Amino acid sequence: MKPFGYARPRSVAEATRLLGDDAVAIAGGTDQLGLMKSGIAVPERLVSLSGLTDLDGWTRERGKGLRIGALTPLTDLETSAGFARILPVVPQALALAATPQLRTMGTVGGNLLQKTRCWYYRDEAFPCWLKGGTRCFALEGDNRHHAVLGAEECVSASPSDLAPALIAYDASVELRGARGGRTIALADLYQAPHGAKRAEHTIRATEVLTAVRIPEAALARRATFLKAMDRKAWSFAVVSVSVAARVRDGKARDVRIVLGGVAPIPWRARSAETILEGRALDDATCRAAADGAFADAEPLKDNGHKVTIGRELVRRALRSLADA
Amino acid sequence: MAPKASSFVGPGALDVSFEVNGHPATVHIPPHRTLLDTLRETLGLTGAKKVCDEGTCGACTVLVDGKAVYSCMTLAIACEGRSVETVEGLARDGQLHPVQQAFIDHDAFQCGFCTPGQLMSIAALLRSNGAPSEEDVTRAVTGNLCRCGAYPNIVAAGVAAARKAGRA
Repeated sequence: MKPFGYARPRSVAEATRLLGDDAVAIAGGTDQLGLMKSGIAVPERLVSLSGLTDLDGWTRERGKGLRIGALTPLTDLETSAGFARILPVVPQALALAATPQLRTMGTVGGNLLQKTRCWYYRDEAFPCWLKGGTRCFALEGDNRHHAVLGAEECVSASPSDLAPALIAYDASVELRGARGGRTIALADLYQAPHGAKRAEHTIRATEVLTAVRIPEAALARRATFLKAMDRKAWSFAVVSVSVAARVRDGKARDVRIVLGGVAPIPWRARSAETILEGRALDDATCRAAADGAFADAEPLKDNGHKVTIGRELVRRALRSLADA
Repeated sequence: MAPKASSFVGPGALDVSFEVNGHPATVHIPPHRTLLDTLRETLGLTGAKKVCDEGTCGACTVLVDGKAVYSCMTLAIACEGRSVETVEGLARDGQLHPVQQAFIDHDAFQCGFCTPGQLMSIAALLRSNGAPSEEDVTRAVTGNLCRCGAYPNIVAAGVAAARKAGRA
């Protein structure tokens, strides 16, 4: 690793003053240090967020929904019985993410802001488009782990298991900058890299992600998370499926289908959601929605299996909502 | 007292103090030095192994404030004021820790290179779960690769260690 300066501010305001193009934030470090060790990120200075203890923990206020501090360790959400009663899909998703050590070290904010696992992006030897180079090596290369939906100049796949689960609950994120804060939909934290936008996230260099919010109304939804992996454990998603809906009298409302590992962003299958709205979650309807979720898929030479697996996981996940 | 306005330290070396296996330690290291390199090269504690050095294999697992973490993906400077435990601290007064004895009793290793990490992951589990099931132990060592494939015996040792510790 290239040597760097280091600061550990005690407040978000202080952190935002210290951050900049050459001074990047580090929380659990499980992704940031990986990028730095492989020479993909070479910041002059690191701003540790570990002193911002106010951002560690979650609260639920009646009528105000759920607020999760960005510095909350993933393990804490995975193992809290109280949290599981409110949003069980999150511990479901986290139990399949990474390893116990990484979940202990990793934080909610860090998970949401982790960079793609594309092996061309992660290898210093490949000057890929996303890193400012001229082309996407995965487009012609070994692209078994890459996107089948929504890709433009870069066919990277969004790696987070947590982000799709939270987006299925209409999560928003609070971002604080030196000149004030803003709250955006979690879905809008992500962008398919294109044109001048060679990044997967829309957060600015001087902003700190401070919290995730789930609106009270969304907490009435039930949800399921399913994930296909190359191994039974410690594997990024081949495809992950987060589905949520309010089910009353056997009819689904406010349906959300959000996919991980298939597009450069957590992918909302909106047309498939529409198919289900107000309908019973019978097998034929769920199958039609599952087909719809991948209707626009454009698999690359090595990743057609993501479509086959993804369709079946969507069908199963939706069916499980009917049975819940 | 209000916290001091923070500014950057480094990139040169500075003093960092933390507790290692119950004893205070101060090391003079630059901010980019990992906890693993600090333990091995500065403090001479070579139990935690440097294998993948990218947070994948678990051979470098140590406990920070009682929780199992990858020391290769932890900056030593981030451990200021915290408690670090390595495999060297498991045995007490010449007595092996129950999980160490259980590894011997169950032949839970072949080459032994992943063993320190496996031991630390299970030691951390036993602190929060005094009677883990096979599944609990399996989950606890998910982040510790054993390329010899000693997993069944590692899991058996973990379950037995809890029983042994319970009787002690």
